Amino acid sequence: MQHFWDQPLSWGTAAIFAAGAVGVLAFVLFFVTYAIYFERKVIGWMQYRKGPNRTGPLGLLQSVADVAKLLLKEDTIPKKADKGLFVLAPVLAFVPSFAVLAMIPYSMNLQFADLNVGFLYYIALSGITTIAIVVGGWASNNKYALLGGMRSAAQMISYEVPLVISVVGCVMLSGSLNLREIVESQAGYFWQWNFIPQIIGFAVFLVAAVSELNRTPFDLPEAESELVAGYHVEYSGFRFAFFMLTEYVYVYAIAALTTLLFLGGWNAPAPQLDFIPGILWFFVKFAFIVFSLFWIRATFPRLRVDQLMGLAWKVLLPLAILNIFLTAIGIELMR
Amino acid sequence: MIRTEELLLNVGPQHPSTHGVFRIVVKLDGEIITEATPVMGYLHRGTEKLAENLNFTQIIPYTDRMDYVSAMTNNYVLCHSVEKMMGLEIPERAEFLRLIVMEMQRVASHLVWWGTYLLDIGAMSPFLYAFSDRERILQLFNELCGARLTYNYMRVGGVKWDAPDGWIDRVKTFVKDMHFRLDEYHNLVSGNEIFLSRIKGVGQYDAQTAIDYGLSGANLRSTGVQWDLRKTEPYSLYDRFEFDVPVGKNGDCYDRYLCRMEEITQSLRILDQALEQFPGEGDTMGKVPRAIRPPAGEIYVRIESPRGEIGCHIVSKGKAEPYRLKFRRPSFVNLQILPKLLVGESMTNLVTILGGIDIVLGEVDC
Amino acid sequence: MSDDNKREEDSAAPAPAAGDTPAAPAPAAEGDAAPPKRKETDEEKAARRKAALEAREAAKAAAAQAAAQAAQTAQTAGAAGDSAEGSEPQDPPKPPSPNQPRLDRVVALLRELVAEDAVEEAYINEPNDHLPTLVVKNDRWLQAAGLFRNHAELGCNYLRNVSGVDYETHMEVVYYPLSLESRHVYCVKVKADRENASVASVTPIWETANWNEREIYDLLGIDFPGHPDLRRIMMPDDWVGHPLRKDYVPLDPEV
Repeated sequence: MQHFWDQPLSWGTAAIFAAGAVGVLAFVLFFVTYAIYFERKVIGWMQYRKGPNRTGPLGLLQSVADVAKLLLKEDTIPKKADKGLFVLAPVLAFVPSFAVLAMIPYSMNLQFADLNVGFLYYIALSGITTIAIVVGGWASNNKYALLGGMRSAAQMISYEVPLVISVVGCVMLSGSLNLREIVESQAGYFWQWNFIPQIIGFAVFLVAAVSELNRTPFDLPEAESELVAGYHVEYSGFRFAFFMLTEYVYVYAIAALTTLLFLGGWNAPAPQLDFIPGILWFFVKFAFIVFSLFWIRATFPRLRVDQLMGLAWKVLLPLAILNIFLTAIGIELMR
Repeated sequence: MIRTEELLLNVGPQHPSTHGVFRIVVKLDGEIITEATPVMGYLHRGTEKLAENLNFTQIIPYTDRMDYVSAMTNNYVLCHSVEKMMGLEIPERAEFLRLIVMEMQRVASHLVWWGTYLLDIGAMSPFLYAFSDRERILQLFNELCGARLTYNYMRVGGVKWDAPDGWIDRVKTFVKDMHFRLDEYHNLVSGNEIFLSRIKGVGQYDAQTAIDYGLSGANLRSTGVQWDLRKTEPYSLYDRFEFDVPVGKNGDCYDRYLCRMEEITQSLRILDQALEQFPGEGDTMGKVPRAIRPPAGEIYVRIESPRGEIGCHIVSKGKAEPYRLKFRRPSFVNLQILPKLLVGESMTNLVTILGGIDIVLGEVDC
Repeated sequence: MSDDNKREEDSAAPAPAAGDTPAAPAPAAEGDAAPPKRKETDEEKAARRKAALEAREAAKAAAAQAAAQAAQTAQTAGAAGDSAEGSEPQDPPKPPSPNQPRLDRVVALLRELVAEDAVEEAYINEPNDHLPTLVVKNDRWLQAAGLFRNHAELGCNYLRNVSGVDYETHMEVVYYPLSLESRHVYCVKVKADRENASVASVTPIWETANWNEREIYDLLGIDFPGHPDLRRIMMPDDWVGHPLRKDYVPLDPEV
C-alpha cells in the first residue's frame, strides 16, 4: 500500500484507497460480529450458560440477526433532544475509531499507512470519540446520559495520560514512534518482546487500555446498575448500533496495539517458528488479548468514580513515569 | 461566572438497581447526593385490607407475594401466629419440614441478595452462579409443593404436603454441595480488591443508630448487636440446633456482606442437623378444627426472616377472618435509614448502600 | 389462578356460615384437579363428605361458644377468650402470669412518673407469650413513651412494631417497645377518637416510628402531631379516604 502514498493522487489511487477502506470495513464488521458472538459465548461458558445457540448453526448468526434487528428498528429521537447533535454523535464516535485502524501493521508488508508517528495518531484520533460521547450524552437531554457523558470525558482524558506515558518506554527502546519499527525492534525470542523488559509499562498500558475502552471494571460511563445505560440511554436502532460498533472497533484497535507494542506483533515466539506466517502470529496474540478483555469482563466488579480517578492519577501515572526513568537507566547500563 | 445548579434525578421506579419499583428522588451536586427522598407505594396491593375479607387459609397465598424472595418465612409467620392464638399443637414432622424449608429459603434468599448485590456493583458472573444454586432450591421446593416462587406451602396446623420420597436425601446432597460452592464464592468474590474497595466503609452506621431506626436482620447485626430472633426469642425448633449468630463490627456494607454470607453457612449448619434428626414418619397436619377461628384477642408474633424481623399482628374477633391484620415488614422498616445514609454519598454508593440494605419491594409496599 | 382454586377449596374447609352439604363437595371436587390440595382430602375424601355436615355443625357450635365467651370478656381485654375473665385480677384457678410483676412495675412507674391517670388498663395477653399489655391515656402517651425509652429499668430502646387498628368505636395505635438488653417487650395501646383521630408522634423518641406512623396516617387517617414529615406513604398524595378504615368505600367495589 505504501507506494501509493508517494504518488500524486489520481482517480485510480483514490479508487484503490476506497477499495482498501471498504475491505477493512468489511473485515472489521466481520470481526465485530464474531467478537460479540465470541464474547457472549465465552462469558456464557464462564457462567455455566451456553450463550447464543439458536440462530444459525451453533448460534453463529446471532450477532447478524441482532444487527439486522437494530438496523430495522424504528429510528427514535427524543422530542427534547438536540436533534443535530443527537444525530451527529454516533457518527462522530465511529469515524475516528475506524480511522485509527489505518496505521495498524498486520505483518511486515500489510499496512495501510506507514506513519512515523503511528502511536500518536491513534491517541489523537481516539480522543475525538470522547467528544462524541459527551455530545451524545448532552444531546440526549437525559440526566443519566449526561452523567454518563461527563464520567466518560473525565475518565478517558485521565487515562489517556498514563496510556501514552506507558508507551514511552517502548518508544525509547526502539527509538521510533513508527509501529512497524517498534515491532521490528522486538524480533528474536519471545523474551525480547517488550512485555518483559517493559513489564511496568505493559501493566499500566493494559489497565489504561481497558479503561479507555470503557469496559469492565472501568465501564462507569455506561454502568447499567447506576446510570441505566449511561451516555447511550436514549439511543436505539442503528444509532445505538454505531456506538456499539465503535466500542468493538476500539477493542480491535487496542488489541492490535497491545500486540504490536508489547507482544512482538507478527514475530514468532522463537526464530525457529518463523516458517509460520507472521500474520498468523499477529492474530493469535490479538485473539488472546481480545479474550482477556472478555475474561476480565466476566470476573470483575466495577470501580467507583473517585477510585477510578485515583487509580489513574495516583497509581498509574507515577508508575508510568517511573517506568520511563527505569528504561532510561536500563538503556544507559546496557550500552 | 459559572452558574451551578443542583440536579434533581429520579432514580426509579424503573431502574435496574432499585430492586423493584422503588423510587428515590435525589438532589445531586455533581455526583454527590445532597438530599434523597424515597417514594414508594408503586407495589402497594393493600394486602392488609384484602386480608380483612379472607379467612386465614386464604391469606396464606397473599403472604407469598409480600416478600416473594422468601415466601416460606412469610407463610410461617402467619400460620404460627394463628396457631399461637388458637393454642394448636403442630406435629413434629410438620414442624421439621417447616424449619427445613425456612432455612432453605434463607439460603435461597441470601443467594439472590448476593447475586444481585454483585450485579449492582458491576460483576455479572456471581449473579448467574447464585441463581444456578438457587435454582436447585427452587427445584426442591417445586418437588415439595408444586411451586417455585409463591409456595403457599404451610397451613394453620402444619404443612400442606409431606416430603416426597427421597426428598430429604436430595436436600442433603444439596446442602453438601452448597458448602463447597460457598467456599468457591468466597474465593471468587470476598477477597476481590475492587469489590472490597467498593463496600468497605460505605454506608456506615453505629449500633445506636441501627437500634433507633429499628433495623433488624443483618442490618442490625452488622453493627455488632447480637440479635437474631432464632436465638433470642426462639420459635419453631430452633432451640434444638446449634448455630452461631454472625455479627459485624463496623456496620458498613462489608460487614453486612460478611454477615449474610456467614448466615448462609449457619443455615446450612442448621439444615445439616435438621435433616439428620428429621423424624421418619408422622403427620404433617395437626388436629385443627374445621373452622379456623382464632378466639377474640390479639397477638403479635415475630420471626427472623432473611431480611430481619417479620412480625404479624392479628386482631381477631373470633371470626374466620381477621379483624385487622398487620405485617411488620423488615424491608419497610430497614429502608427508613436510607435517606440518612445517602447524604454526601455519590451516585455509585447509592446503589451499593441500597443493595446492602437488602429490600424486596413486595414487602416494602405490601 | 391457583389462588382461585385455593380460595374455593379452602372455603369448603373452614365451614362458611352459609355452607350447605351440596355446596361443599362441589369445590372439593374441583380442588381434586387443582395442584394445591390438602393431603387429607386424598385419603379421606369419602369420609370427609359424610362428616362434612357433622363437623360443620360442631365447628359452628364451637365458634358460637367462643363468641359467647369473647362477648363475656371485656372487648378491650384482648386476652384469649378461654383464659381471662377480667383484665387485671387473675382467674383464681390459674397461676399468676410470670410477667405479672413486670406489668405491675410498669404500671407503678407510669403512675408515679407520668401521671396518676396515665394507665387506663393493664393486663397480660396470655396467648401472646404472656405479653404485658397496657392501655395508656392518649394525652399522656408522649411522656409515657419517653419513660419507656429512657427509664433505666425499662430501657426500651427498640420499637419493634407500630400498628393501627380501627375498632369502629375508636381508633387504636399499638406499640411494641422492646429492650434489647433485658429482652423485655411490652404492648402499649393508645386510643383515639374516630373523628379527628390524633396520637402524639413518637418519632422524636424512636426514629423507627417515622414511616410506621406515616403508614398509619395514610391507611387509617390517624394524625400524629409532632411528626416531622407526615405525608401519605403508600397511596398517591391525592388519594381520598383512608383504605384500612372500616367505613372506607372502595373506588371500585370489584377491586
